[in-house]
Amino acid sequence: MGSLIASRAAIGDAFLTTLFLAGVSGVLSLLLGTLLAALRVSPYAPLRTVATVYTEFLRNTPLTIVFFFYVFVTPSMGFTFGYKTAAITALTCYTSAFVAEAVRSGINSVAVGQAEAARSLGMSFSQNLSLVVLPQAFRTAIPPLISVLIALVKNTSVAGAFSVLELFALSKRLTNVHSADVIAILIGIALCYLVICIPLGRLAAAMERKVAFAR
Amino acid sequence: MTQTTSASRNESGTARPLVTLRGVQKHFGDLHVLKDIDLEVSPGEVVVVLGPSGSGKSTLCRTINRLETVDTGEITIDGRPLPSSGPGLAHLRSEVGMVFQSFNLFAHKSVLDNVTVAPIKVKKLPRRQAEELGMSLLERVGVADQAHKMPAQLSGGQQQRVAIARSLAMQPKLMLFDEPTSALDPEMINEVIEVMTGLAREGMTMIVVTHEMGFARRTADRVVFMDAGRILEVAPPEQFFSEPESERAKDFLSKILHH
Repeated sequence: MGSLIASRAAIGDAFLTTLFLAGVSGVLSLLLGTLLAALRVSPYAPLRTVATVYTEFLRNTPLTIVFFFYVFVTPSMGFTFGYKTAAITALTCYTSAFVAEAVRSGINSVAVGQAEAARSLGMSFSQNLSLVVLPQAFRTAIPPLISVLIALVKNTSVAGAFSVLELFALSKRLTNVHSADVIAILIGIALCYLVICIPLGRLAAAMERKVAFAR
Repeated sequence: MTQTTSASRNESGTARPLVTLRGVQKHFGDLHVLKDIDLEVSPGEVVVVLGPSGSGKSTLCRTINRLETVDTGEITIDGRPLPSSGPGLAHLRSEVGMVFQSFNLFAHKSVLDNVTVAPIKVKKLPRRQAEELGMSLLERVGVADQAHKMPAQLSGGQQQRVAIARSLAMQPKLMLFDEPTSALDPEMINEVIEVMTGLAREGMTMIVVTHEMGFARRTADRVVFMDAGRILEVAPPEQFFSEPESERAKDFLSKILHH
């Protein structure tokens, strides 16, 4: 317990790093994932194929391998970025595939007649999507999207194995130094993740209530 | 106004037809849903399409703004063939109003926003102007007092009238109605039929798929009778209802008129 208090500054820093990784990758994956979902319903077959291949590939590859790619493979190809940037890139590429699937399930839940009415009024594909289909799709996609984001928060721990000093990397470091305090340290670190994830779940419930509407 | 439109209606085709279908064929898999469809609709004309379920009448209606594609044959609107996709098709659809059986109001938008979204986004009308237009149309269909509610808070009849106002807001040349009263409680059918009758009287060109025989009798210029994907008869309503030519039409009418 004493070692936790003694390391509170380091824990605070690591907590902020985890929050930063999750926050930036979260926003980027929401954007990229929505774009991918839009491509998957586009009228142009090549775009659908690109998005499908991307989604299936990233969704079915272990996150660690995606990290390996950005930390070790791309530098050997001449693209070097810092460890944090590599971590954010890996997390975004991986998570956006899950976001795309959640958004696509939301799109599929919107009645066909909604898009038909939009088309009949002369809306283009992108207007149809942005004005009519996606606003309704997001409402049904909120619970799965929040699950994806919660998974993302926990997945940031993989960055700890790739030279980013976030919560998980710090916990390894602290338990090595204070081997008598392992249980307290692990519980303390776990609580830090809960502090991020539980409000996310609450946020989902609140958003669902707020945007609920009758069909 | 009424004078000129009735004069231009169906007078031996002197005016260029607004809609033509020539040799249209369509299959859904093995099912041949439209067989050799030829039809011309003149400006200002009201054509009611009748027929049993599964006769292809809804599909026919939906091919005219290309919500359904056709296998072969040509469809033109105002002399121009239907574009197959892209901005040309979107522009054409903006000139053809469509009213659906299930209303299809945008569930996440208020009644007024439903009516103004297309004028604002598609026609780039300034919001104020679109809202004035929207309110006047909602007034006309009798639901102006519901303008700020959500669609689900309205009755079916009110929703369908909003859907008509939404289509009219694009100032279409032609209105397609795909069974507009089939999902309504009986007591709400009349309020929708009244709006449609008013539109017809003002000279709107309309193609109406319906089971409302009263509307067909009173308002149609011509009745098109379909069965099994084929147009069997085209006749003025008086003639169609009093002396139908085909056995199939006689059978259809005997089933729906005597109960």
